[in-house]
Amino acid sequence: MTELSNIRNFSIVAHIDHGKSTLADRLIQETNTVATRDMKEQMLDSMDIERERGITIKANTVRIDYRADDGQDYVLNLIDTPGHVDFAYEVSRSMRAVEGSLLVVDSTQGVEAQTLANVYQAIDADHEIVPVLNKIDLPASDLDRVAEQIEDVIGIDASGAIPVSAKTGQGIHETLEAIVQHLPAPKGDPDAPLKAMLVDSWYDAYLGVIVLVRIIDGHLKKGDRIKFMSNNTTHHVDRIGVFKPAMAEIDRLGPGEIGFLTASIKQVRDTRVGDTITHEKHGTTDALPGFKPSQPVVFCGLFPVDSAQFEDLRDAIEKLALNDASFSYEMETSAALGFGFRCGFLGLLHLEVIRDRIEREYDIELITTAPSVIYHVYMRDGSMVELHNPADMPDLTHVDHLEEPRIKATILVPDEYLGDVLKLCQDRRGIQEDLTYAGSRAMVVYDLPLNEVVFDFYDRLKSVTKGYASFDYQMTGYREDFLVKMQILVNDEPVDALSIMVHRDRAEQRGRAMCEKLKDLIPRHMFKIPIQAAIGGRIIARETLAALRKDVTAKCYGGDATRKRKLLDKQKAGKKKMRQFGKVDIPQEAFISALKMDG
Amino acid sequence: MALENWQLGGFGLYIHWPFCQAKCPYCDFNSHVTASINQDRWADAYLNELERVAGDTSDRVLSTVFFGGGTPSLMPAKTVDAILTKVSDLWTTSNDFEVTLEANPTSTEASRFRDFRTAGVNRVSVGVQALNDKDLKALGRLHTTTEALRVYETARSIFQRTSLDLIYARQHQSLSDWEAELDRALAFAPDHLSLYQLTIEPDTAFGRLWDMGTLKGVPDDNLAADMYELTTDMTADTLPAYETSNYANSGSESRHNLIYWRGGDYLAIGPGAHGRTTFAGKRTGTVAWRNPGMWLEAVEKQKTGDMTIEDISQTDRETEYLLMALRLREGADLSRLSDTARMGLEAKIEELNEEGLLLRSGDIINVVPEKQIVLNAILVRLLA
Ligand SMILES: Nc1nc2c(ncn2[C@@H]2O[C@H](COP(=O)(O)OP(=O)(O)O)[C@@H](O)[C@H]2O)c(=O)[nH]1
Ligand SMILES: C[S@@+](CC[C@H](N)C(=O)[O-])C[C@H]1O[C@@H](n2cnc3c(N)ncnc32)[C@H](O)[C@@H]1O
Ligand code: SF4
Ligand SMILES: [Mg+2]
Repeated sequence: MTELSNIRNFSIVAHIDHGKSTLADRLIQETNTVATRDMKEQMLDSMDIERERGITIKANTVRIDYRADDGQDYVLNLIDTPGHVDFAYEVSRSMRAVEGSLLVVDSTQGVEAQTLANVYQAIDADHEIVPVLNKIDLPASDLDRVAEQIEDVIGIDASGAIPVSAKTGQGIHETLEAIVQHLPAPKGDPDAPLKAMLVDSWYDAYLGVIVLVRIIDGHLKKGDRIKFMSNNTTHHVDRIGVFKPAMAEIDRLGPGEIGFLTASIKQVRDTRVGDTITHEKHGTTDALPGFKPSQPVVFCGLFPVDSAQFEDLRDAIEKLALNDASFSYEMETSAALGFGFRCGFLGLLHLEVIRDRIEREYDIELITTAPSVIYHVYMRDGSMVELHNPADMPDLTHVDHLEEPRIKATILVPDEYLGDVLKLCQDRRGIQEDLTYAGSRAMVVYDLPLNEVVFDFYDRLKSVTKGYASFDYQMTGYREDFLVKMQILVNDEPVDALSIMVHRDRAEQRGRAMCEKLKDLIPRHMFKIPIQAAIGGRIIARETLAALRKDVTAKCYGGDATRKRKLLDKQKAGKKKMRQFGKVDIPQEAFISALKMDG
Repeated sequence: MALENWQLGGFGLYIHWPFCQAKCPYCDFNSHVTASINQDRWADAYLNELERVAGDTSDRVLSTVFFGGGTPSLMPAKTVDAILTKVSDLWTTSNDFEVTLEANPTSTEASRFRDFRTAGVNRVSVGVQALNDKDLKALGRLHTTTEALRVYETARSIFQRTSLDLIYARQHQSLSDWEAELDRALAFAPDHLSLYQLTIEPDTAFGRLWDMGTLKGVPDDNLAADMYELTTDMTADTLPAYETSNYANSGSESRHNLIYWRGGDYLAIGPGAHGRTTFAGKRTGTVAWRNPGMWLEAVEKQKTGDMTIEDISQTDRETEYLLMALRLREGADLSRLSDTARMGLEAKIEELNEEGLLLRSGDIINVVPEKQIVLNAILVRLLA
């Protein structure tokens, strides 16, 4: 147990790639928290997918023991938070468990959209903030400009900013000293009844659910009987420990400390992030304010390419959901795709991560249908239904109006691409709210419909700005608009998995684009195939895929029958990658590719 | 005694000669241009291979021999003679024994025709390819139209049976261009024509140009399909199609090729040659070394030119039979399939029949003649 005055709890906030993980590695290394021979890059990114994509998905923690220049021993607890907007809510929760932040800004790049989003969360959580200007080893590093930007754009004092190279190790010692000197020690009462915050939880195959806790008051020991105040469930604590960053058991945790407990809990769903943990007997009666659980905002269907793998998919999804309370699912049947699941995600990255994990860890090839947001459908009788799937759109005669979710998007972009960005936002039904300059970069704020963003907005933004724009968003609320359900008919039959909700004024353009795309994506058949877009019974766009006219091996290659058999096998394999819909084979990738907008 | 399955197709021998004077830019056959050929070694190799493959089949009656290439008309006549002499030593040959040789229409070849006939060749297939000098040049051919037709006439005066090959749906060819060309070819009153649509093959000069987007004027699928229909119509009265790309008057079909298409047995020697033989119901596929030098060395050192010998499973045999037989106007005979295979096909046959793609009468199924041009798509539907 450590004296409160010798504890510092902090997080690192940064835009992606500005060096958060590298800096964390250096801090761990400089303090010999991990033996050099056990160091691997990006120590805190534990999942393969995290390491591969260079993103942090779950919060990770490390306890660092540090003897400061003042001769005293300190315990520094770092919570590494996800940097991506999909997980913004998790960031805000983790930040409640610490008192300060290192604000890492790449000194060759400057402030970016996620820098802003994350630093505002730190400010919201009343953090003391120490700016760190990273990558000073690079020639393009411009400390004065970036310090000025931090003061202008974010509005915090950057005079004490520490120049650092997380790569060479320069400035790391100064960073450790700044943590000790400038960040506040936690407060807490060692003699009060136990009050601990449930910061995060995840499932481990050997230990069951692991609960990350921050002790506010009192003590937590191995063998204690504890109570989760939200649901009054009680548990016997099997294990107490800290992350270094590997798990290390200790006997007890006191005020201000961060560590884990295990208590033979089977499901992550039984632990509520933000809950207050106390002792079963003589516990506190004063619960922390708590958090609302994160809500999925993007939905899509996941179907196995091979319909025989449906049960495997169910199994995979159930296992993943055990460890991820923000991921929701329910069974879905589609006339086109058979049995699958309608799943809800925090955002597109979350969707991709889950989909990748299913394909990779469970070896199931998936068809992903068009991502959709939740619409609020107000019925004539005054009731409201949430619409997660365009296929479930109620009969229009009963519908009064629809509302769709809107976001506030912040985009930072070099001047020369501003025009393209404005056009893109305008095309996506955006309403400009703000446009300011920070040096040669513009910061634009747009009010946009989420449904225009979930699909390929970010890809388009990157491509029109050659990767120089940064982007972040927040949900703002619902607003009424003229939204309609557009169906796609292939060979005169509606393909449910291709239905989308779209603004009335853009329906025709989207419909035409989708029909044209599908005409290229669907291979020719023996008959001609009409491809139509319709709203209600009205056809708004139409293309015709001409019949296959020629597909023959003209020559004879002597008696080489094997060659013909191989060709057949290849064609058969191609056919297997398609879904039969009526008499038409639709390739699996068509369900997503048809929606991509080029303009 | 009922005939064995393969016997319904017949028994033939294929001999591959892998050398050409020049490599045509469209050609993906196993053909090579070499500075010099040690003719004695090659002749010995073929003779040794004949003895080897005769081993298990010497009790069979051989009904065809086919010299294919490459350009077998460049073979020394004495090699052809030695081979055919050996053949008649090793097998009993049928009364209607057919010996075909593929010929390129230049004077070099024509000068050997008499000797080929003396050696026993009784049918030649002449690769005229086009009746227009500009196109022949574009196809990389070494002959003019006049020359080619002179060689063809010579062939007709020497051999009992001849065939003429044309490639159509060529670069910049219009429907009326082809109509005129085919009219002219039919005016020679041939008894057999092979009319192949130009196929752009990977790993050929044309294939590379195609990938780079610089091969211009190749007819699109619609035009090619129209040309195919026109061809079917124009040949219907005199030389009806009996196979996807082959046209003949009744009785003049290539009997050797019919063995492939009817699922018969055929021995195959020479670089890259593919054979199929059946003993006691077990079918075996052979593939010879494709590279000429390696084949020669294998024959001399390993005493066999075959690179692989594999069992063809019952299912594969049946698949091959359908893939081949459905190219024929006469179609495939379902009674040659196992009951399980037949049952698996019934529903699909009915479906394809309803869609106007497949005809059926009793055990015989065949592709609607005008739909041969989409044969591969029909086969996938039937067999997937
Ligand atoms: N030259 C240089 N590269 C750095 C420095 N810090 C991080 N990087 C590189 O920047 C990239 C992003 O770093 P990372 O720590 O993964 O960023 P994160 O996304 O914020 O976690 C990686 O390629 C790092 O190697 C630095 O101080 N100097
Ligand atoms: C094995 S080839 C060789 C015959 C002979 N060497 C010749 O070139 O005349 C047999 C026939 O296939 C045809 N052929 C070869 N390559 C072709 C291609 N890429 N497309 C269409 N027909 C082709 C030609 O008509 C050729 O006559
Ligand atoms: S087409 Fe005939 S001559 Fe030309 S390379 Fe091929 S086999 Fe040889
Ligand atoms: Mg990282």
